[in-house]
Amino acid sequence: MSSHDIAIVGYAQSPSWERAELTEVQFLFPVIADAIAMANIDRRDIGFTCAGSCDYLSGQTFAFVSNLEAVGAWPPISESHVEMDGAWALYEAWVALQHGDIDVALAFGSGKSSPGDPMQIYPLQMDPYTLTPLGADPTSLAALQARALLDSGRITEREMAEVAARNRADAVGNPAAQVSGEVDVDALLATPYVTAPLRAHDLPPFSDGACAVIMATADKARDLSDNPVWIRGIDHRIEIHQPGMRDLRESPSTAAAGKAAGVGDGPVDLAELSVAYTHQERILTGALGLGDGVKVNPSGGPLTANPMMATGLSRIAEAARAIQRGDGKRAVAHATSGQPLQQNLVCVLEGEK
Amino acid sequence: MSQPCAIVGIGQTKHKKRRDDVSLPGLVREAAQRALDDAALTWTDIDAVVLGKAPDPFEGVMMPELSMADALGAAGKPILRVHTAGSVGGSTAIVASNLIRTGRHERVLTVAYEKQAEGNAQWGLAGGRSGGMGAGGIFAPWMQKFIARTGSPAHIGPMVAVKDRRNAAKNPYAHLQMPDLTVEEVLDSPMLWDPIHWHESCPSSDGACAMVMTTETLAAQAPRPPAWVLATAMRSELGMFPGRDPVRPQAGVECAHAVFETAGITNPLEQIDVSEIYVPFSWYEPMWLEGHDLVGHGEAWKLIESGDTNLGGKFPVNPSGGVLSSNPIGASGMLRFAEAANQVRGMAGEHQVEGATVAYGQAYGGAAQYFAMWVVGATQDAVQRKL
Repeated sequence: MSSHDIAIVGYAQSPSWERAELTEVQFLFPVIADAIAMANIDRRDIGFTCAGSCDYLSGQTFAFVSNLEAVGAWPPISESHVEMDGAWALYEAWVALQHGDIDVALAFGSGKSSPGDPMQIYPLQMDPYTLTPLGADPTSLAALQARALLDSGRITEREMAEVAARNRADAVGNPAAQVSGEVDVDALLATPYVTAPLRAHDLPPFSDGACAVIMATADKARDLSDNPVWIRGIDHRIEIHQPGMRDLRESPSTAAAGKAAGVGDGPVDLAELSVAYTHQERILTGALGLGDGVKVNPSGGPLTANPMMATGLSRIAEAARAIQRGDGKRAVAHATSGQPLQQNLVCVLEGEK
Repeated sequence: MSQPCAIVGIGQTKHKKRRDDVSLPGLVREAAQRALDDAALTWTDIDAVVLGKAPDPFEGVMMPELSMADALGAAGKPILRVHTAGSVGGSTAIVASNLIRTGRHERVLTVAYEKQAEGNAQWGLAGGRSGGMGAGGIFAPWMQKFIARTGSPAHIGPMVAVKDRRNAAKNPYAHLQMPDLTVEEVLDSPMLWDPIHWHESCPSSDGACAMVMTTETLAAQAPRPPAWVLATAMRSELGMFPGRDPVRPQAGVECAHAVFETAGITNPLEQIDVSEIYVPFSWYEPMWLEGHDLVGHGEAWKLIESGDTNLGGKFPVNPSGGVLSSNPIGASGMLRFAEAANQVRGMAGEHQVEGATVAYGQAYGGAAQYFAMWVVGATQDAVQRKL
């Protein structure tokens, strides 16, 4: 299938907060305003808006409705919402742009997870008959996955700690990062397990935050930006749900989405991957066929900034930023949903310069 | 790059107060399997799935597309999960149709559901322990305002309730079956939120709806007549601010104008054969007839009083029985869209509007601030044939 060329012309992220003082709509407002300003457009130029968020994080039905305030939905707008990470909102908006009857679209993702306890809430994502009653939380499921990977000899606990150390060092200077700094791998390995074989550094923060991305069709993108970042391919796949039925050491859905998005069609300079647990970097780079020369998560990645429902979209924004900064020409961005790595989206981005 | 999109399969469950004979995956599969059977396709023929439902806390399952991936045959495929409040069933169908119209996929399964008996939807709608008003409590003052503005007689709402419940008696899937309900009985039923009597309110249902959409080329292989998606539109607006008219929301006006313009409809009353409109409380039938400019100001109650919106009337509205007879919230919008499609396929059964070739489906949600609409036709030029 051929698709229209679409480019990213604006993006913005909030900081990643352990506990935001503002409400979700309050911290979303400047993020959308900043993305609009960067795209050099007026709010009215947006032909379609798609939001991504999760009622359960707010503990309130229809929580997403108030986010319309941050979009400025008056006069009325053409708009939709996915109960998914903002990366899938970007996908829906990208599809809408394929019609050719609109030329600018906004996608955003936002979440305020701090009022709740993720370890209580996230088990509700699992099969309600067989897994939720067991309290199958994200850390335990990630630990099972890490154990399978360690037992197969594909990674060591030291290599996992090295991922954490590298991410934290890379996050220094990233205003969106929540965790950063130089750390000693031996010191990390001396800390106790939280849920064996995972230590605190192997786990992500569960953060509050938001991200917004503005896309435009080819001609419009060239009008708006002298340095647009082109979406060369985007696709997503889900796997069966029961973790016991999957080979957790592999991510076939990431591999399939990456193939469909065209990851292998050219050299990759850098990748922003939703590595929320250190061992998952090995699984994802393997599934995407990324070699040693690819810089992974130069922003610091989700282990340093993990705004729920915006983490995946932030990977796309961070990859676009890295390209515009000149750190690479071709990048892969990856988003995930479900436990552990059940659903995955892959986006290939390319700069002009 | 807009390509034709055909609906070749439609399925729905029997809607009931409590479907405790099926699990959540069992409920969605019942509808999806019927849609696949209708299209003479199997699960493996499907390229992508689009799932819609209202708030996850209604059943207590967060992002249920994850745990239902297997049941929906989505493993190895793309799946999207849409949530736009009460309009979600309509929005979900539109998102699915976009995947065909943009050439992204060739066969898409879309499913919407709600299994309200798993939880307490009224508690969820009313803000839990805050003891809020719930949907009826929010909408009732706007209905009062509509009545005052238009001088609609008090029996119009009850007439809509009677019409929809009698229509539902011709629809084997409908939750409420009340073929003998009378206006007097409606007026005698308890007042919930003035002007809404008990019999003028939607039920709380368990149910699901599914559709299979495909390209023009593949539609030729379908064993039964397709419905063609002629136009779609979605609009949203802020729910609460002093400059807003909640009785006639601007998003509803603009959404209707957009969908009719795209479809080439210049005179909705003449060119639309049948409408399936989201009417959870009786007074929303006249409110949307005027709020979407199907008729002029103060005209809706006359249309209803004269029987024109009855099955067999000049402008039938909700021959399926509508939301007033079955309300699995997440599916209710898709049921409107699917019933409209079945009408132009000539497959609506006992509630078929004779000779329907152009049908209108509408859903709304939130504080009457989210709108999703489509126009479907028996042929791609169904509207032109009427001009």
